[in-house]
Amino acid sequence: MVAGTPKLNVDSLRAWYGSEEVIHGISFDVRENEIFGIIGPAQSGKTTLLKIMNRTLEFTSGSRMGGLVEMDGEDIYHIKDVYGYRRRVGMVAPLPVGLPLSIYDNVAFAPRSFGMKDGEELDGLVQKCLEQAALWDEVKDRLDSLGTKLSGGQQQRLTIARALSHQPEVLCLDEFSIAIDPVTTMKIEDVLKDLRKEMTIILVTNLVQQARRLADRTMFMLNGEVVEIGDTEPMFSGNAKQPKTNAFVSGDFG
Amino acid sequence: MNDSQRFTKTTFTQKKESREKWVKVLLFMVTLMMALAVILLVSFLVHKALPVLSLNFFPDIPRDLMSAGGIWPAILGTIYLVVLSLMVAAPVGVMAGIYLNEYAKDNWLTRLINLAVINLAGVPSIVHALFGLGAFVMFAGLGESVIAASLTLAVMTMPVVITSTREALSAVPMSFREASWNLGVSRWQTIRGVVLPNSISGILTGVILEVSRAAGETAPIMITGAAASITFRQGETVYYLLGEKFMALSYHLYYTSMGWKVPDKLPNPETGEMVPMTQAALEYAQAIPYGTAVVLLGVVLLFNSVSIAFRYYLRTHRKW
Repeated sequence: MVAGTPKLNVDSLRAWYGSEEVIHGISFDVRENEIFGIIGPAQSGKTTLLKIMNRTLEFTSGSRMGGLVEMDGEDIYHIKDVYGYRRRVGMVAPLPVGLPLSIYDNVAFAPRSFGMKDGEELDGLVQKCLEQAALWDEVKDRLDSLGTKLSGGQQQRLTIARALSHQPEVLCLDEFSIAIDPVTTMKIEDVLKDLRKEMTIILVTNLVQQARRLADRTMFMLNGEVVEIGDTEPMFSGNAKQPKTNAFVSGDFG
Repeated sequence: MNDSQRFTKTTFTQKKESREKWVKVLLFMVTLMMALAVILLVSFLVHKALPVLSLNFFPDIPRDLMSAGGIWPAILGTIYLVVLSLMVAAPVGVMAGIYLNEYAKDNWLTRLINLAVINLAGVPSIVHALFGLGAFVMFAGLGESVIAASLTLAVMTMPVVITSTREALSAVPMSFREASWNLGVSRWQTIRGVVLPNSISGILTGVILEVSRAAGETAPIMITGAAASITFRQGETVYYLLGEKFMALSYHLYYTSMGWKVPDKLPNPETGEMVPMTQAALEYAQAIPYGTAVVLLGVVLLFNSVSIAFRYYLRTHRKW
């Protein structure tokens, strides 16, 4: 991969639910190994955007998309192996979803589904993912107990471990901290800072300060359009190019 | 308002509280009446059935023109019906339910199928009987037989199995599926790994309840293969071939209580001379329908408790 080539390239992207257009032709790119923040109030199309990124929007009946999304220069909507593609993109949902399986099986579920057999390799992968998600020390003695019995914050880290289990190149986090406590949030934020060495991270958040702490560049979305994309620091220190952005990050609306 | 008034009840609060009390009492009484009806029903049946209720009643064949002996052939016939119709209705109904809930897109075809399923569930059982007579007994050439009656029952149960399967599946939170899809796991792997383990107890409960309900149906089997009486020899092992007519509890109950009169006289087994029945024999004969009803209830209850035990087992052993 040539340095400076964008990991993801989005061009004139549109999306519809039924006849309602929710994303109105947006373009941006995400660079390799950066944390790309997406902020914006509710209904601005952030979650839909993530669903387009890992091709799960097609599970929503009545949805359509238009425009171009490329990963490493390849149109993701012309990739034949959809399941293979989805594994290249990890996804963490807003509310922690511990699958009603054991902690071990939660993490081993995806690797098994694409053919990894039980054994040392899988054990190692499960341990690595749980360590990366800063959960290993808390659960290593009870890998057989139900994932749904963990606390909310632990379940969210389990979700991250699960998203890492298919060794993605891009990790998308959709408002991961809305259901968890500040201490866990900070733990996960540290995890993300480590992970960016290995992968590209897209962080959708409605905590403006979280974007400021983590993101290299930030995109501000409003009602399905991009208001501004830029380096995080100027955007959050009152030097955004658009007045609307300044108003949003300073808490005047949204 | 002074301090002592602040904590006294207003008339509004008093009204509210008394209404609360009356509503609670009323609802409790209605619930109690429900339970009472069940208790009355069961104790009435058991009381009437007392003369026949003994351990000999179950494994014995009917004797003396069905005025004596037991009901084993009918119990066995009902077991045949339940097992055979379960074998057909469960896989087909569950698979259709999975398709409709997990795969089907919301279009005119799906809506048409849904409408058909709902309407099929509402078809009266006697109409199903006529369908079974036409389709299985005559067209498929199965004749009046256990297999024709079981298939008729299966068709009758299937729509309800589909509906209960769909209900169990839709109780699994959508977020589980989405989390799984996000991992690059296919729909079938998701169903197999996440959706089914969490709904299997509900699905099985629905299936077993429905089929055990079908065990009590009389109309569909009456004209598709049930026999009022089949003569078995003493000591003969009772079994049915799939193409044979059979006895069943529900039809036995119907026949012994409606279509058949207790004979006044029976031939003496040794001399062949007709002798009047004794008082005890008469009482026994008259109690047979009630005994049959108790056994039928017992069989249904047995199936239900098996399903409850099974559900409990699956709930506590979630992994598979």
